[in-house]
Amino acid sequence: MRGYLLGKVAQAFLTLLFVLTFNFILFRVMPGDPAALLLRGTAAYNPQNVAAEKARLGLDKPLPVQFATYMRDTFRLEFGDSFVYQGRSVSEVIGAKMWPTVLLVGTSTIASILLGLLIGIWSGWRRGTWFDYGSLGFTLFAYAMPEFWFGMLVLMAFAGGVGPFPAIFPTGGYETVGAGFTGFRHAIDVLNHMVLPFTVLTVAYLGEYALIMRNSLIDVMADDFVMTARAKGVREEQVLWRHVVPNALLPTWTLTMLSLGFVFGGAITIEYVFSWPGLGWLTVQAIEAKDYAVLQALFLIFSAAVIIANLIADITYMYLDPRVRAA
Amino acid sequence: MRTEPILPGEAPPPAETPPARPPRAVSPRRIVWARRRRAFLRVAKMYRRNAMGMWGLGILLLFIFVAIFAPLLADRSTMDPISPTTGAPFEPPNAHFWFGTDNLGRSVYTMTIYGSRISLTVGLAATIISMVIGALLGIVAGYYGGWLESVLMRLTDWFLVLPWLALAIVLASVLGRSLAIIILVIGITSWPGTARIVRAQVLSVKTRPYVERARALGASDWHLIVHHILPNVGPLIFANTILTVAIAILSESTLAFLGLGDPLSISWGTMLEFAFNAGAATTGKWWWLLPPGLAIVLVVLAFTMCGFALDEILNPKLRER
Amino acid sequence: MTTVLSIRDLAVTYRTQTGPVPAVRGVDLDVHKAEVLGLAGESGCGKSTIANAILRLLPPKTQVTGQILLNGEDVLAMKPGRLRAVRWSAISVVFQGAMHALNPVQRIGDQIAEAIIIHTKAGEKEARVRAGALLEQVGLPPRRLRDYPHELSGGQKQRVMIAMALACNPDLVIADEPTTALDVMVQAQVLRLLKDLQRELGLAMLFITHDLSVLVEVSDRLAIMYAGKIVEEGPAVPVFHEPKHPYTRALAAAFPQVGDRRFRMAPSGLPGDPPFPGNVPPGCSFHPRCPLAFEDCSVIEPEMYPAGDGRRSACLLVKRGEPVEVGP
Repeated sequence: MRGYLLGKVAQAFLTLLFVLTFNFILFRVMPGDPAALLLRGTAAYNPQNVAAEKARLGLDKPLPVQFATYMRDTFRLEFGDSFVYQGRSVSEVIGAKMWPTVLLVGTSTIASILLGLLIGIWSGWRRGTWFDYGSLGFTLFAYAMPEFWFGMLVLMAFAGGVGPFPAIFPTGGYETVGAGFTGFRHAIDVLNHMVLPFTVLTVAYLGEYALIMRNSLIDVMADDFVMTARAKGVREEQVLWRHVVPNALLPTWTLTMLSLGFVFGGAITIEYVFSWPGLGWLTVQAIEAKDYAVLQALFLIFSAAVIIANLIADITYMYLDPRVRAA
Repeated sequence: MRTEPILPGEAPPPAETPPARPPRAVSPRRIVWARRRRAFLRVAKMYRRNAMGMWGLGILLLFIFVAIFAPLLADRSTMDPISPTTGAPFEPPNAHFWFGTDNLGRSVYTMTIYGSRISLTVGLAATIISMVIGALLGIVAGYYGGWLESVLMRLTDWFLVLPWLALAIVLASVLGRSLAIIILVIGITSWPGTARIVRAQVLSVKTRPYVERARALGASDWHLIVHHILPNVGPLIFANTILTVAIAILSESTLAFLGLGDPLSISWGTMLEFAFNAGAATTGKWWWLLPPGLAIVLVVLAFTMCGFALDEILNPKLRER
Repeated sequence: MTTVLSIRDLAVTYRTQTGPVPAVRGVDLDVHKAEVLGLAGESGCGKSTIANAILRLLPPKTQVTGQILLNGEDVLAMKPGRLRAVRWSAISVVFQGAMHALNPVQRIGDQIAEAIIIHTKAGEKEARVRAGALLEQVGLPPRRLRDYPHELSGGQKQRVMIAMALACNPDLVIADEPTTALDVMVQAQVLRLLKDLQRELGLAMLFITHDLSVLVEVSDRLAIMYAGKIVEEGPAVPVFHEPKHPYTRALAAAFPQVGDRRFRMAPSGLPGDPPFPGNVPPGCSFHPRCPLAFEDCSVIEPEMYPAGDGRRSACLLVKRGEPVEVGP
């Protein structure tokens, strides 16, 4: 068991190192001079100041030295200053936007996985029924549908109001600006703003989880021990929940965690559509403003989040599958 | 199998059972291709019976038709904002403009029709890049094994961890905005999936008896790869390619929506980008939002259904389910 | 002799993608108290189907006709609640390939206890104690209750299956190829265990296998199956040493050394293969491969004719009263 754990942690760490290196290389490819960018448009823009800025940012040193500095700074969580938000460090800028994303993406992912697994279980157990075909069709459709388009349609229907649809939700943002709510009223206000993006994110991905679970369930249902359970006189619901599901969860769990990377992609576009001020929204802003310092840090955060999620999945898998505990 | 050709005019030898058709010279190559043609026909027959596959194929052909014959289906000038053939801004669907107009008075119908060209082209081109890289790496990793395989597979796994949209965004924003860049970006971010599948297939084919026999006979690596591994791995790669095109089209629409597409060409993704920026969602301009989105959904569905159908037919593991 | 299980005219037809498949085409069987009935036949003859049919464990769309009388009650006519109650408490099964017949993520103690809790009024603690006693009965230490299936060897897993089968004191135990997947030495051990337990507890047992040599040691009576029907039936030793059906003769003639794998699957010296369930030849289903066949055999389908003390055989030669043996 300990070997398994250590192995997984080591792997995660190695992957993180790769990501860091890749991140470094990637952003040294960018055209344009960050020093010049920082000073452009200000009165201080002249060759000497640009050179001085360059030296301050350490961009005039040889590459290996830059890499070492980069690694050191990263582990200290120092990401430098934002190119665009003058005078504010990248950590500040990102820190301010972190909670909305954690709130939205965290809750919608949990809801998506739970709902998806339940639908998948029912779909597989009642294979061939209208529920099964219905959910399969829905899954296929949701898979083919760009999540931001779905977001726009939902926005149009329930915030803009069109045709028979009522405009009952705000058109975007995190809270009602200028209303000055506090405490409980503030929480309700935020939740009100969260309803639409939460729904879109949940619905967009639950189909995939459902499909994975359904297929896993069908495989397990054909196993011999299921017949043993029935022969013992176990009731059907117990056969499902005590015997089939615990076994079907195993491959589902790992596959589900692997698809978490796509959730972050959805977060970017959906936050953009609903003007939800989180890391995804920040990413789009940073693109438009060419704020590479922020982009670099964001890329790192997204990758690290996926790595950590996978690690958590691997660790929790240990508790699901006794065969791994013995390894 | 006859090794000696029978000249026309000669009677066939009496001792054997009469052949079904007149015997003629058959070289090994002919035999191989005849076998491949038979296999292809067999797959085609099974495909015809697959409802999902046939529907997908039908929709696909429809869109390909639309893309190719776009000029016959729509008047290109109604897409040009300064042309007099455009309408008033934000016209809802009417007899003149079937899908209405956008904020510049352009015909949504025409843009949707012509958008198919860009979306399909980008999807296919990016997929080709992705498949070539993925297949190459997969074959090399699977065939040569050893440390090369470990390194390549480790690299692949790492790439799979990176959240693809973040990566694509970074690359596109750094490299610039053009059709070629988008194709490149999508291509080089999607190869890991293919590489894994190809490698798995190569591993299973590599150990088959006829490959060992060929190697014992002194066949070179190149020969083995091209004449034995590739033909067996090919069909599955093809099925995977179809699925990858679907993903590529979705990717293009996402990148375009975020403002990273080619500013000079109209794809379904850029249509949605314009629509969003012009506030179409909050002001209820549904005729602008629905056609490009539905087009994406239908095309992606079509490719996916075809891909699933092919996968079911070609992948022995799935057939048993 | 009290009859525990009485099967009359059982027919089972599977529904498959390629059409209906009649796996069992009219079978009569009796298993008496404290008796072992051995059911032999090659793969695909329908014997496992019978085992699954008895407890109605077949796939939902399967067509089952006939009567399966358990102590007089027809299993096929039972309501779901009664069926569930009867399962395991009256009839239990020792499945083949205990590799996958046990839930991989559940401790074996819990799996045995589950059966006890369902069918008796015992609580969890009591059930676990009883499970421990059962493990001892099959030769395993009670502490292994906490193990998971993957921590046991093949033979140990089979013992667990046997312990589980005995958990509710059934009237009848169906052993469906219980030793097929095991190594030779382990096979002998498990067989001895089964024999001892059956005698000790006075169980009725239906022992299903394709290995005739195993059956002869274990069974009191034998029934031989071919192409979905019983072709011979009677006391084990006479049936084996003086077969009254050409198929039995061929099977027995392939008498292997016990545990010799080479002879397991096919009787030696018989050309051809058993027919596919959907493709049974007209008349006697065995006639294409039978060395003693004559013209009537391809036309008349034989029934089970009396063939001496307590024996029956579905061969036209027996009907005619002629001996079933190849000429000198």
